[in-house]
Amino acid sequence: MSDTVHPNFWQPLKAPDENRGLALDFGPGQPLILDSGKQLSPFRIAYMTYGTLNAAKSNAVLVCHALSGDQFVASTHPVTGKPGWWSYAVGPGKALDTNRFFVICANVVGGCMGTTGPGEIDPATGEPYGLGFPIVTIRDMVRAQTMLIDALGIDQLLCVLGGSMGGMQVLQWAASYPERVYSAMPLATAARHSAQNIAFHEVGRQAIMADPDWRGGDYTLAGVRPAKGLAVARMAAHITYLSEAALQRKFGRELADRDALSFGFDADFQIESYLRHQGMTFVDRFDANSYLYITRAMDYFDLAADYGGVLAEAFRGTKARFCLVSFTSDWLFPTSENKRIAHALNAAGANVSFVEIKSDRGHDAFLLDEPELFDTMRGFIGAAAAVKGVA
Amino acid sequence: MSRELLTAKPASKLRPDLAAIADMIPPGARVLDIGCGDGSLLEYLVRAKGVDGRGLELIQQNVNQCVARGLSVVQGDADADLNEYPSGIFDIVILSQTIQATEKPSYVLRELLRIGKRVIVSFPNFGHWKVRLSLLVNGRMPVTKTLGHSWHDTPNIHLCTITDFLTLAQETGAKIEKALTLDDGNQRTRVMHPNSWGPNIFAEGAIFLLAKQ
Repeated sequence: MSDTVHPNFWQPLKAPDENRGLALDFGPGQPLILDSGKQLSPFRIAYMTYGTLNAAKSNAVLVCHALSGDQFVASTHPVTGKPGWWSYAVGPGKALDTNRFFVICANVVGGCMGTTGPGEIDPATGEPYGLGFPIVTIRDMVRAQTMLIDALGIDQLLCVLGGSMGGMQVLQWAASYPERVYSAMPLATAARHSAQNIAFHEVGRQAIMADPDWRGGDYTLAGVRPAKGLAVARMAAHITYLSEAALQRKFGRELADRDALSFGFDADFQIESYLRHQGMTFVDRFDANSYLYITRAMDYFDLAADYGGVLAEAFRGTKARFCLVSFTSDWLFPTSENKRIAHALNAAGANVSFVEIKSDRGHDAFLLDEPELFDTMRGFIGAAAAVKGVA
Repeated sequence: MSRELLTAKPASKLRPDLAAIADMIPPGARVLDIGCGDGSLLEYLVRAKGVDGRGLELIQQNVNQCVARGLSVVQGDADADLNEYPSGIFDIVILSQTIQATEKPSYVLRELLRIGKRVIVSFPNFGHWKVRLSLLVNGRMPVTKTLGHSWHDTPNIHLCTITDFLTLAQETGAKIEKALTLDDGNQRTRVMHPNSWGPNIFAEGAIFLLAKQ
C-alpha cells in the first residue's frame, strides 16, 4: 500500500479516497476562526470513522489524537502500512467497541494528514503556506472538530477521549462545549503545558530550524526536506515518552549488531540505533512545519488562564462525567498534573473518576497494551452509555 | 453492556453493616463514600437507590475496580484531599470502617461535616470487653476478629472506643441523629442509646448518623 501513496502525505488531499480516509471541505462561507484573530478559509478536515452512527445519533465517540498521531486510529496507516495507532483499544469487541459505538477521529488543524496545515497550498499565494500558516491553538483544533461534528449532524458526543495533546483537546471540549460532551476521558494529560515540556518542544523546534534544508519553512518550494532536523526533534521527544526504567529494561547497555565498542560515533548502543530508527521513520510520515505548529499549540495551552486562573471555573456547572487516567512512570504528563485536573473537577462539583495505572512504560503507556486502562475505558464508557440509554 | 451494570446487589447480599448504612440513605441523595474500597456499597446505592454517588479511595487497585464497575471514584487520601471538596455539596458523606485508619480523625470528621449535610461514621469499638480482657489478661495489644492485625502492621493507627467517639462528636459540634451497634464481626446491627454505658462494653463496633448542630 505504501508504494502507491506519495510519502509526502501532507501534500493536499485532492479527494477522499479509501486509503486516505474521509474529508470534508469548508468553503469561503465557513471559515475557521482562530484564537489569533485570523481566519482559515477555505479549509479541509480529514477524518476517519469506525462503526455505525445509530438513528438517535447518540452513540458517537470522538477520539482526539496526540502530537504525532492522526485520524488512523484503528485502521492501517496509508503511509507506513502499520496498524492504527490505537488498534489495541479501538475496534470490534475492544475497550472502545466499534460494534456499539460510532468512533470519529479527525486530523488536527495544522496537521499533515489531510486536514489543512502549513504544507497545504495557501489560496492567496498559490504556494504552500509554510510559516505563512497562522498559529493554531488547542481551542482552534477543537473548534474545527465542532464543525465536523455539526456536519455529521451530531448534537452531543457520548464520549470525547484522548491522551496527551488529545487529552488537552478533551478538556477544551468539556470547558468550551459542556452541553455537547456527555462524558470525557482525558488520559495522561495536563490542563497546562509545563515549563519542562515547553523546553523539550523548543529543543525539537530548534533542531528543525537549524537544519539547512528547512529554508525558513519554504523547503517544499526548494524541493528539499529538513529530514535530519525533524529526526533529531523526534529522537529527543521520544526519550520523553519513555521512562528510565523502560529504557533500562529494553536496552540497558546492550550493543547494536556488534561485539565490541567501535571507538567512534557509530550507533554502538542499541538505544542509539533505536532512536535513530524512530527519527528516520518519523520523517516519512510527518511534516516538519506541522511539527512546529502543533508543538506550539501545546505550549500555548493553559486552560485555567482563560478562566481567571482558576481551573475549576473552566468546569463550573458541567454535567459531563469525567474519568482521568495517569500512569505511574509518566514524567512528561505526571500523575500530579492529572490529579490537579481531578481536584479542579471535584471543586466544581463534577462527576469525576481518577485512576492511576501502574506501568513502567512512561508516557507512551496510554498507546500500549495496558489491560487496566482498557478495563477502565470499558467500564467508564459502558456506564456513560448505560446512563444515557445507548443500547 | 458490561455485566456489572446489570446486576445490582440486593441489600441482603451486602455485608450487614453496609446494609445498615444503606438503610440510612434516602433514594436519590448525593453521596460521597470515603474509603469506598471495591465499591460494593456505592454500587448498591447507585443501582438500587438511584443515588448520585462518588467515592474517594486510597488503594489504587480498588479505584480501578470501581471505575471498571462504572462508578465515579477518585484516588485520594481522606487526610489530604478532603479540602478540595466544596462545602455542603453532598447530602451524605460516608466514612465506613475508616476513621481509625486516618492520621487526623478530628480534622477528618470536621471536614466531613463541612462537605456533607449529614455524615455516617462506622468503626470498631476498642472498648469491647474482649479487647479489654485481652489486654488485661495477656498484657499484649489485642488481636480480635474485628481487629485482626498485630500492633506493628495495623492500618488502624487511631483506634477509639464508642465513648471516645462520642466525645469527639461533641467536640466537633456534631449532633447524633441515629446510633447502631455492630456485633458478630459486623454481621448484626441493633439500635443503641448512645448515652448508655452498655454498648461501649458489649458492642464490637458502631454506626453513627451525624448532622451539624
